[in-house]
Amino acid sequence: SSSSGDEALRDKRARILSRGLPKQKPIEGVKQVVVVASGKGGVGKSTTAVNIALALAANDSTKEVGLLDADIYGPSIPKMMNLKGNPELTPKNLMRPLKNYGIACMSMGFLIEETVPVVWRGLMVMSAVEKLLRQVDWGQLDYLVIDMPPGTGDVQLSVSQNIPIAGAVIVSTPQDVALLDAHKGAEMFRKVHVPVLGLVQNMSVFQCPRCKHETHIFGADGVRDLAKTLGLDILGDIPLHVNIRETCDSGQPVVISQPQSDAAKAYLKIAMEIVRRLPVTPA
Amino acid sequence: TLAERTNLAGVQHILLVLSGKGGVGKSTISTELALALRNAGKRVGILDVDLCGPSIPRMLRVQDSAVHQCDSGWVPVFVGQDKAIALMSIGFLLERPDDAVVWRGPKKNALIKQFVTDVAWGDLDFLIVDTPPGTSDEHISTVEALRPYQLLGAVLVTTPQ
Repeated sequence: SSSSGDEALRDKRARILSRGLPKQKPIEGVKQVVVVASGKGGVGKSTTAVNIALALAANDSTKEVGLLDADIYGPSIPKMMNLKGNPELTPKNLMRPLKNYGIACMSMGFLIEETVPVVWRGLMVMSAVEKLLRQVDWGQLDYLVIDMPPGTGDVQLSVSQNIPIAGAVIVSTPQDVALLDAHKGAEMFRKVHVPVLGLVQNMSVFQCPRCKHETHIFGADGVRDLAKTLGLDILGDIPLHVNIRETCDSGQPVVISQPQSDAAKAYLKIAMEIVRRLPVTPA
Repeated sequence: TLAERTNLAGVQHILLVLSGKGGVGKSTISTELALALRNAGKRVGILDVDLCGPSIPRMLRVQDSAVHQCDSGWVPVFVGQDKAIALMSIGFLLERPDDAVVWRGPKKNALIKQFVTDVAWGDLDFLIVDTPPGTSDEHISTVEALRPYQLLGAVLVTTPQ
């Protein structure tokens, strides 16, 4: 009959379409993946990802943590983690991540010269992201933190279609235009079925080092309002502090170099909030 | 010539605003630059090719505007105090301003080509093109689509970090 013919046609079409999509497969040895994203550029994704990775390790020394820099166009992690050089290859032809402060790192920045731009279309980017995900000898990791590039495009889609993601952390400043993009970022994760663990309000307030007067340079509490609108939690609040930027620029992130500072404590708390919200994995 | 018959025929100079890094102020500077040129008596347009994070409609308080069609294509939204700056952004094509645009390269390329050739810009002294962070599809497609026209050059924005 014609209706069973229609259904057969629909099934066949669905099967053909799904053949084109990559199959979601976990990375061998990696227990849980946490992505740090934003939508907007320049809100502190890399700074936050780096300090969260270090904080996860600092909070629980039994955990192995890895850090993947998926920002193909503007990789910041090599500089922030004070790492340089081409990765070695294992006998199985996998790239060995570079390690510093106990964190295994991989980035496009290790594969190209610092000043060389990557002017690639989406398709090439997809294949580069695949390599950074699968052709790396991560070993046994409890957490892999992935620093995403700005936007809601090829890289975000490729990562979420390729591997199961335990949760996403969205970073934003309180500024309106940043919140607009953060909202889009959250919606993107909803579309690809990735649970959003919560928001991080970054650069929330600036305190003058001389008179201690506080200024909300990017606006006040915008992220709290967005969290309410989206029904999400605020994982933490990080002030705009010269220390955070300086330590990252010099490759000694604040969680490692000034663990007693307010900034480091803020990141340690965020890492704790992340772990609390992740599904419990078998040991 | 083909250029004479196109929507960019009346545009004297095209200026790209680039950065590489996100969040350094490209959209802010594109907007302020357009307003400053307008103040100096120039006819100005802004093309916002940041498809994932279009900020310019909000900066000029026109995020609720809609675009209309005319014979030669899309009519840009006119902004600024005297409503004389022409603006085109994907922000105007979304059903809601906070809808996410989660597209892969080829779809972005198609829309950017349309933004370049199918917007009725009219006669402009300057067309300022605001780009997203990175060096990717949007940038490659924009430069390729603009190649036949008077591409003045690019301004690079950065912070000291």
